[in-house]
Amino acid sequence: MEPLSNKRKVLDFKPLNLLERSYLPEIAKGLTITMKHFFKKDVTIRYPEQKREFSENFRGQHSLKRDEEGKERCTACGLCALSCPAEAITMTAAERQPGEENLYREEKYAAVYEINMLRCIFCGLCEEACPKEAIYLDGDIVPTDFLRKDFIYGKDKLVEPPLNK
Amino acid sequence: MEPLDIGIKFILIVVIFLISLVVAMYSTYAERKLAAFFQDRVGPNRAGPGGMFQPLADGMKMFMKEEIIPTQSSGLLFIVGPSLAIMTACIGSAVIPWGQAITIGSRVIPLQVTDINVGILYIFGEVSLGVYGIMIGGWASNNKYSLLGAIRAASQNISYEISMGLSIIALLMVTGTLSLKEITEQQHGWHWNILRQPLGFIIFIVCAFAETNRSPFDLPECETELVGGYHTEYSSMKLGFYLFAEYINMFISSAVMATLYWGGYNYPGMDWMAAHAGPVIAPLIGVAVMFAKVFAFIFFFMWVRWTIPRFRYDQLMNLGWKTLIPLAILNIVLTGLFITFL
Repeated sequence: MEPLSNKRKVLDFKPLNLLERSYLPEIAKGLTITMKHFFKKDVTIRYPEQKREFSENFRGQHSLKRDEEGKERCTACGLCALSCPAEAITMTAAERQPGEENLYREEKYAAVYEINMLRCIFCGLCEEACPKEAIYLDGDIVPTDFLRKDFIYGKDKLVEPPLNK
Repeated sequence: MEPLDIGIKFILIVVIFLISLVVAMYSTYAERKLAAFFQDRVGPNRAGPGGMFQPLADGMKMFMKEEIIPTQSSGLLFIVGPSLAIMTACIGSAVIPWGQAITIGSRVIPLQVTDINVGILYIFGEVSLGVYGIMIGGWASNNKYSLLGAIRAASQNISYEISMGLSIIALLMVTGTLSLKEITEQQHGWHWNILRQPLGFIIFIVCAFAETNRSPFDLPECETELVGGYHTEYSSMKLGFYLFAEYINMFISSAVMATLYWGGYNYPGMDWMAAHAGPVIAPLIGVAVMFAKVFAFIFFFMWVRWTIPRFRYDQLMNLGWKTLIPLAILNIVLTGLFITFL
């Protein structure tokens, strides 16, 4: 049969000669290889002290943004929840009361905004769906925890800290 | 023997005992550190500066662990196993000459616990006792994996002891004595036995790897096939003793190889040093040389471990019976011809 590629290689298995059967030349070869590695620089990143740099489009923990005056941008339109393929986002909308104009940018805001970090697949579709540029996945890695309920992040963890004035 | 002599001997025994324990302890650290370096990693670096206290932490862990004795095991033998392993490992250092005698005033202090005239045979017998610890432990565990590991250890040690003995016979033909002290004295300066017995040394070192159950001959404790080998059922410090015994054995066999083949505490230019450095400093330099050689061998043991994959069981037996024993006999014949005609 015609070979499909020219990668076929005919191997011939000769019985080992005395030197090969003593394994010593091959062992010496292996020892030189490991000795080369002995003097190589290690590749370890010493994790808690050093961190690997993330790529520019790394998607980490979500943050709910504020505008230039420190007001929350989110208007609880629900598009992020709708776009979420993992159905990780839930929210409850509320109406802005008089006197809260410095807290929320528009008349409607999210009273409760929760992301279940165990469901989230960090696809970034919420970021794309948001018409108000209110949510970005620009945080760090989501930290570990012991209980499932502690992975449901509310506004206390998601909203950006208020601007310093 | 005067009381002072006995006191000196006692101190010497304690010091050598402590040194071999500390060396074994830090061999575990060195093993992990070297393994890391050979694999482009860092190794233990959390406990203390550079991970220096890692062996202490490991030892502490071993002591703190729960001690489990399986109900189906034979109780007494289960405890005898690791005790025997650690004991036979520790008594090997008694006949090794660590340095020339130190002369303080009129008192001569030999840096060797005892110079018996059958030193090599003593080491040899003690090494073959070491396998009893493994066998008893493996058998008493009442676990088929442990038993298989123990059987492997026993058959491996028996096979390799033969070629080891044959390689030593050729050495004895050259030296004409069994006393380790005299063998070392004969290798004064640079007249090391490795120059007269290169083939014998290669056979000896291969057998030493097998006798200490070190990689590439670590079949008795291979995790992939035998779960853990002979120490599968062991926990706590009893397991620690087995692991510790392996490192002490490595230390002792390194010392034996350095003594028999690499001149022990001898080094080129030692006469000049003895004339210039005085009767106390010069022997201590010899001790340092001896330990440098021992550590070089320990490094080699670890270097090989992180390079060569484990031998298969049939390959192990083929190498032992079909390659090493004929080679050792050939070595004896060549040595005999050499002595007779040259």
